This record gives sequence, C-alpha cells and structure tokens, in this order.
Amino acid sequence: MATAISAAPETLHTLPTDLVRQIQWRFADRYDLQMLIQSVRAVARGPVARLVAAGGRNSHEWTEQKSELLEYFDKSGITAVFMEPEQGGFIAGPKNLALALVAFELAWVDGGAATGSLAGCLALAPIHERGTPEQRDHYMRLAAPAQPGEERRPWRGAFCLTEPIPYVGVDTGMLNGKLRVESWNPGDEPILHVEKRGRFITNIGFANFVTAAVDSADPRIKGSCMVILEEGDPGTFDRGTPTRKLVHQLSSTGDPIFSLRIPASRIVGGYDIKDGVIVPRFSHSEVIEAVFRRTRVTVGVMTAAKLLSAVEPIIRYQRGRFRGAEMATPGSIRYELGLQQREDALHRLVDVWAAGEASASLGFAASRLFDELDPIEREIDEQLTQRGITGARARMKIFREAWDEAVKLLDLPAYDAQRAKLEADPMLRFVQMDSLADVLCPATKLWNTGFGSQMMREAVSLMGGYGITEDCPGFLGHKWMDSQLEATYEGPEAVQRRQLSVTMTNPVFLAQFRNWVREMREIAATHPGTGACTLATAMLLWLWSIDHLQHTSDADGSKLYHSARQGVTFPLADALCWLVAARCQILDVLELERRGGEDAALADGLHGLLNFMSDLCHVQTARASGEAGRICAELVFGYNRHPAWDAEGYKSCYRAEDLDELESIMPGIAACALDVIATDGSHAGKAGPCAGCAGLQQFQVLRSRLDICLTGCRLAKDRAAEAISKIMIPEALDYPA
Amino acid sequence: MRNGYHIVVCGSIVPDPLQTLEPIETPGGPALKNEMMLPAVLDPWASHALYEAANLASKVAGSKVWLVSVAPKAKLQQVMMTVAQKVSFELVAVDGPASGFGDAYGVAAILADEVQSIAGLDRSRLLVFGGWESASRGAGVTMQLVGERLGIADQFQGVDQITTQADGSFEVLERIEGGRHQVSMCSGPPALLGWATGNLPEPRNNPQVGMANMRTVMPALQRAKAAALAGSGLRFLSTTPPKQQRQTRIVKNRPVEEIAQEIVEWIGK
Ligand SMILES: Cc1cc2nc3c(=O)[nH]c(=O)nc-3n(C[C@H](O)[C@H](O)[C@H](O)COP(=O)(O)OP(=O)(O)OC[C@H]3O[C@@H](n4cnc5c(N)ncnc54)[C@H](O)[C@@H]3O)c2cc1C
Repeated sequence: MATAISAAPETLHTLPTDLVRQIQWRFADRYDLQMLIQSVRAVARGPVARLVAAGGRNSHEWTEQKSELLEYFDKSGITAVFMEPEQGGFIAGPKNLALALVAFELAWVDGGAATGSLAGCLALAPIHERGTPEQRDHYMRLAAPAQPGEERRPWRGAFCLTEPIPYVGVDTGMLNGKLRVESWNPGDEPILHVEKRGRFITNIGFANFVTAAVDSADPRIKGSCMVILEEGDPGTFDRGTPTRKLVHQLSSTGDPIFSLRIPASRIVGGYDIKDGVIVPRFSHSEVIEAVFRRTRVTVGVMTAAKLLSAVEPIIRYQRGRFRGAEMATPGSIRYELGLQQREDALHRLVDVWAAGEASASLGFAASRLFDELDPIEREIDEQLTQRGITGARARMKIFREAWDEAVKLLDLPAYDAQRAKLEADPMLRFVQMDSLADVLCPATKLWNTGFGSQMMREAVSLMGGYGITEDCPGFLGHKWMDSQLEATYEGPEAVQRRQLSVTMTNPVFLAQFRNWVREMREIAATHPGTGACTLATAMLLWLWSIDHLQHTSDADGSKLYHSARQGVTFPLADALCWLVAARCQILDVLELERRGGEDAALADGLHGLLNFMSDLCHVQTARASGEAGRICAELVFGYNRHPAWDAEGYKSCYRAEDLDELESIMPGIAACALDVIATDGSHAGKAGPCAGCAGLQQFQVLRSRLDICLTGCRLAKDRAAEAISKIMIPEALDYPA
Repeated sequence: MRNGYHIVVCGSIVPDPLQTLEPIETPGGPALKNEMMLPAVLDPWASHALYEAANLASKVAGSKVWLVSVAPKAKLQQVMMTVAQKVSFELVAVDGPASGFGDAYGVAAILADEVQSIAGLDRSRLLVFGGWESASRGAGVTMQLVGERLGIADQFQGVDQITTQADGSFEVLERIEGGRHQVSMCSGPPALLGWATGNLPEPRNNPQVGMANMRTVMPALQRAKAAALAGSGLRFLSTTPPKQQRQTRIVKNRPVEEIAQEIVEWIGK
C-alpha cells in the first residue's frame, strides 16, 4: 500500500475473518446481518453439508431429506429474511444485501440449497415489487415461518416464467401461458381461467402457490400480466415430473401444468376496468424486470462464494499432497509445502482467489446499491404517480430530462459546489443510481457466473483427480458444474450482455465511468500497489473504444454499434464487466484499510492483510486490463478489411524505384518503409500490405501504454503466491466432505 | 423458587477449535500465534453453562440470565453474533485479555467484581455458573476463586445436571471417577456451579432471539471498560504445545463401535 517497501513486506497470516468481510462488504455496523450470517452458516455447514456428503445430490426426486432443509431454513431465519418485521421477518428496510449474504453462505457449501431458498423469495418477489398492499400482506404473512406457539406450515412458492419449447425462455416477449375470462357477472369480480405450462420451475415439487406469467387470450383482458395460482384452486395443478438435472439437486425443479380458475384479484398489482376490459396495472415484463433486476445479483454472489470457498481446501490439499511418503518427513519442505513448492500451483490459486475477491466485491456492491436505490425508487414512483405520470413512456421522458442534468453535474469537478445538487435532488440521485444498477446487476450476473465457472474449473483442476470426485473437500466438482446453471437461469449470459449493450451507453452511466478513471488515478497516487493506475488506463481505452465503435462503420459501411450487431456490443459488455469488477475489488481494499485501522481486533494482522489484498487487486486488474485491451483491439481493428496485394493495397506501398530515388534525398528511408513493391511486381510473402491505423493512433497510444502499465503485476503475483504458501489455515474444513 | 433465579454465567472466548494453536513468545509473555486473527468461539465449557442457565431460567418463572465475560471486546462482539442468537441473556462485558496465559487469580478478581456490581442482583436468588474447565487453558480454579471472593460456600464442580425443587432447593449431579456422578442436595442459592458438559444440545440459532438480545449486548460492549489483569507475579518459564501429534481426520458414516475400536487400538500402539 502507500507505505515504504521493506525487504520482506508484512503479509497475510490467516484466512480473512468475518470481521474482514464485514468491513470490506460494508456491514460492520449491521449486527442483524452479522447474526444472519452465523445463522445461515450453521445450516449450510451443518445439515446442508451433511446431506451433500451423504449423497443427497444423487437423486432428482424431492426427497424427505431435502425437504427437511426447508425446516432448517425456517427455524434459522433464512425464510424470514425476505419479510418485513410486521410480516414475521426480523430485518427492517431493504433486503438485497441480506439476501446476497444468505446466498453467499449457502452457496459456500451448496448452490442447490441456495437456489431452493432464493426461489421462495423469487416467487414472492413479483408480489413484493408490484403486488397490491393486500396481496403483499397476505402472501408474505402466509410465507413467513410460524411464530412460537403458532400451529402453521409456511407457504412455499414457485416462480413460473419459462415455458416448454418453443415458448418463452430467454425472450420474455413470447408467452404461451394464457388468461381468459371464465365468468363475469355484472358488479362481481371476474373469474379467470389460466392455462400455463412451465419448464424447469424451481420449488415446484412442494410449492403451495405459484406466480406465473400469462398473456391475454381474451379481448376482455388487455395484454400480459402475472397471476398468483394456489394449490387448492379449482382445476389442474400438476407439478409434472422432476427435471433430470446434473446440478443443484438439493433444489426441486420440474415442468408443471396448470389449468385453473382464479379470481381476478390474483392479478399481481391489481387491475382497472376500462370500457369493459380488464387492464392489469403491470404487464408481465414490467413485473419481471423489477424482480430480476434484484434477484440476478444474488445469483452472481453465489458463484463468488464458491471461488472463495475453494481456497482453503486447495491449500490444504496442496500442502498435504506428499505427506506420508518416506522422503517427506515433518519439517522437510516436501512435507510442509507439498505442491506449494511449485510456482504454478500457487500462481493458479492466486488467480482463483483474486477472481473470487473481485466477483464478491462486485456482487455485494450491486446488492448494496439496490438497498440504497429501493427507497428512492419508491419515492420517485410515488411522486410521479401523484403527478399523474403513470405510463412507461411518459416516465421515460421525465427520466431522460433528468439524465441531461445529471450528466452536467457529474461532469463538474468533484469540488464544485453545484455537485451537491446531485445528492440533494431525489430525481437526480435516482437516475444516477438507476443507471449504475442497470449496469452492475447484469455485470454481476454475467461476469461472476461466466468467468466464475471458468475459474471454478481451474479450482477443480488444482485438486487433481480428487477434484472430480464426490469426495473432494469443499465439493468443488459440484460447485464447478453448478456454476454453469447460475450462468443460465434467470436469463443466460446472452440476456445479460443484451441488457448491458443498452445500459452501458446510458450517458449518466458513462459520466460516472469517466469519473471512475479519475478516481482510480487518485487511488493509484496513494496506493500504487493496487494496480488502480493500470485499471484507469484500461478504462480510458474502453471509453475510447465504445465511443469509436458507436460512431464508425465496418468495411462494408454497416453500422458497428447496433443492437443486432452482437459481435460488437456483447464483447464490449464483457470488457466492461472485467473493469467494473476490478474497481469494486480495489474500493473494498481501501475500505478495509480505512475502517480496519479503527478496529482493535484487526490491528495485529491488518498491514499484512492489506498488502496481500492489494497484490490480489494488482493481479486482477492486470488480467482485467489485458482482457479489455484484447477485446477492444479486436473490435477497433477487426472490422476494417485487411489490405490485399491489389491496386487499392498498392496505394499504401512504396515502389522500389521511388524508394531508390528518395534514398538519395533522405538517406535511410528505405529501411523504414514497410511495404515495397519491387520493379517486377513482387512483394513480401504475407497477407497483404500491413494495415494502417489512420484515425486510430490514439487507440494505439493507449493500448501500448496499457501494456506498459502492466509493469509490476507479476511481482505482485509472486508476492501473493509466497503469502499463500505461508498462510496459516485451520486443521480441517468446518464442514464434511 | 418463588421469584425465580438470578443466574450469572461467567464465560469468555477461545480460538475456534479447528485452528492450529501454536504457543509463541512475545514481549508481553507467552501467547498463541496469530491469536487475535483467528476466529473465536465462546469457551465450550462456558457455553454448556450458558445453555443450562437459559434452560433453567425458562423453567422457573421470573428468572434472569447474565453473561459476564472478560475478553477483547471487538472479538467478543464477533462471538456474540452467534451466541446471542441461541438463548436470552444480558451481557456484562469487560474489555481485557482472554488468553489462556492469563492468571486465573486476576481473572477471578475481575469477574467477582463485575458480578457484584450487577444492578438489581439478588444474592438470595443467585446462582453463579461457569465452566469447570476452559478450552484455552483449563486452570480449573477460576470459578472456585470467583465463588470464594463472592463468599459463596456452596460450590459444585464438574456439574452435569441441576434439578430444582419448588422450595428453591436443588439437586446437583457432579462428575466423579469411573463415569459416575455424585448426587448432592443444596438447600438453595447462593451457589456456584462449574459445569461439565451438561445434557443439553447446542440451541439452534434464532435471529429473533438475537435481535432482542442485541438491544442490551451492543450497549454493554460499548460500555465495556478496559481491565488489565493484575500482575500476580505469575511467570511462564516455557510453553510448548502438547506432545502428541494432532491428527484430524473426517470420516463419514462410521459406526460408533468402530470409532471406539480404532481409538483403543491407537492408544495401545
Ligand atoms: C435448474 C433450473 C431451474 C430453473 N428455475 C426456473 C424457475 O424457477 N422459473 C422459471 O421461470 N424458469 C426457471 N428456469 C429456466 C431458466 O430461467 C431458463 O432455462 C433460462 O432463462 C434459459 O432459457 P432457455 O433454457 O429457454 O434457453 P434459450 O432461450 O434457448 O437460450 C439458449 C441460448 O441461446 C442463445 N440466445 C438466446 N437468446 C438470445 C439472444 N437474444 N441473443 C443472443 N443469443 C441468444 C444464448 O446462447 C443462450 O444461452 C430454470 C432452469 C433451470 C435449468
């Protein structure tokens, strides 16, 4: 960090403790969350781990043992996390961070257990986000675990959007689920008929209610909506057969069929009657957008947990690898270090750890942002409703006006007094945070799960053959496979990239991103060891590239930055995710330095911990910058046509005879000329004359600067590797394998 | 017991038992390597005492439980995030060392002072609970010393069970050799019980209980005054970890008989 470098800098002594995480992920002042973590951990590393170790994942069916986990969830407070205190919960206020922490702790052991718990919240989320107050109160209370003395089984829910092929999956637009009016007596509430089939619906094996997306098949109902189906509704409530999943077997998944009669009051968010037509207040996509926006973050946090959970078992495996051999006597390097004598084993573990840190930092940053955004979003919603502005378009117009103002203020220097307006004006704060949430959510879902699954594979490989057995400590093989599901459900990577390709061009986001470049340079000035400077350069390169691609065409004159041009927009979105994650990681280390110094319990090892965490940042920023640089270079140059040995290509070449003449005026020029056509028309044997970089010089300067900015990153990796070989770990894992 | 018991549990924190414990020399005397950085838990013996206290309090109306703890308060706070969810109690915290190398005499003096200064504590209803041992050193005398200082003559050590009667008297089972118990009748409080394991399982976490406890736990931690252990002339000439090598192994689905057999064979080696 900012301190002078001594010959042997202080480094990490033990694995990061809870206190370290509380500070980094900013809940050091929230004892409700700290207790929640302990409570969830006891379930995860107790009954959940025991069930996995006992082979509970080897069946597709919803078994009694799996079902018992739900009761553990109820009793430990996991189920009630989603509820308000008056509904039976114990956490007041927004719960995004709380849910992310629950997901983190459960996924530390088993992703399926995490999914099972989260899917209950997902089922309630449409009601929570867009339900009427009555719906919210009714279903939240039903789903809350029984209070002491109460004789009641909590209701469980499932969320049903995905339909059998060829209907809705990724594309939320194409719904086959149908809603009709069954009977409607004047003055009475209409009775509706729902036809819906689901595919891969979590919790369906035991759900008592289902929130389902349906479209109107009746002129008396307008558009699509979400409806609440209950187990006892008249008609068919068929749970279907269990899905033969390769992953997440501790959650229940199946393809249900519903054909039910329900009162119109089950339309999520209610409805109005206009000219004899039932008009749902929210279309299914409006509900889903509000829901996924939050729940996708938690999914990304799950994969982060797995990466971090892999560190301890890998270290233990590496160290113990040769123990028991005749030559490996206690005290010998072979005995004490085992595989950790080998640089590559350590370096790869550094990569896994660094990726885990970055993804956790990104995921928790996103969940905290939603906690901040929630109340402001409601405030703005109420304000606009009071002003009679209800339609999505009308609201968008208002937001766009606020965008301009927000960008203007964001572009002012940090010390400019006018900037305070950004904080003070709820609308400006809202558009600022909203634009950020629009990026951080898909970035978390996309990068954490996508790159996370690649790094989980790396983690598995570090355990050798053990890695791909059921006996692998830490269940790493399961975790690897599970992460592929996390990359898929709630919208696979393509959907996240598609969303990012729109939201990352929001001027309010870009204005913030520009400020981050400055922020990273400032951090680099005091904390050069974090790699913040490298990241700032990579951010500049990305900014330059997106701007260039938005205003340029390809070799055939077709627009480059365009929603249909996923070959351009998607990789740029990927590049952004790398950068955003690395930034969050650095900010968390800074927070650790700031707050950790105030905490007596951290005083002992703080300096070494900060050094190590900074080295991990440096490793990660180097990787992130490298990825961003590679992607941007490919896009910036890749859509230009390479010159060929033809008339057009010759224009950029020297003719040998011209060069001879020039040589007499400018001695040495021949040595500088790139492509020369000989008098007999022959030329160097290659693809064509070398491509030029007209108009791209600035990019080239940035790119080569970025390469040079990597200076020192491998030294950081060496230091981190050395630290890992010395760190003290517990004698055994705190959950069975 | 007509108005219920006032049960004060004395207990501190120890490093999580899965950690490697390595004694080292520091300028301030012996310590454990990285002790401040290792995760901690409530001393298991004191935990049994606390669960028994809460169980007793729940059975005898009007009873109340306090937990008096001398420990580095920042670490104690972390431990409270688990312990406070298990049973209801009021915390009395003293910011001081919890190291196994502290002198039992000095620790007992602080504990006794703290017990005495609990507002509203009724000596005629007082049961002082603690562990008969500690997982950090097991001096085995701290609770006796606390009792002596408080002038409590009825002391029981290695307690596994307390059965109270309506008149306030109670029966106590203390461990003796050969896996047997000594049964005593005590006419009533005040008394001191140093617990062995008791009979209760670890209560489940219940965040609702935790949230209620936190209303007093957090202020208690903030108020905790710093106490230095009085130097009693105790000096350590040397410290070494126990001679035997620790071999931790995780085994699945092994019948108890087989585990016992293996231990017998191992001892015989
Ligand atoms: C175990 C499990 C549990 C699930 N739980 C639930 C649940 O509880 N509720 C629920 O409603 N659903 C659930 N799902 C469904 C899940 O959300 C979908 O499977 C997921 O969204 C992907 O949809 P799909 O399978 O139809 O894939 P497809 O839509 O066929 O997508 C497959 C691939 O096609 C490409 N692709 C698709 N669209 C685009 C595009 N626009 N641009 C570029 N490429 C594209 C991408 O490569 C994508 O990965 C679950 C799924 C699983 C496996």
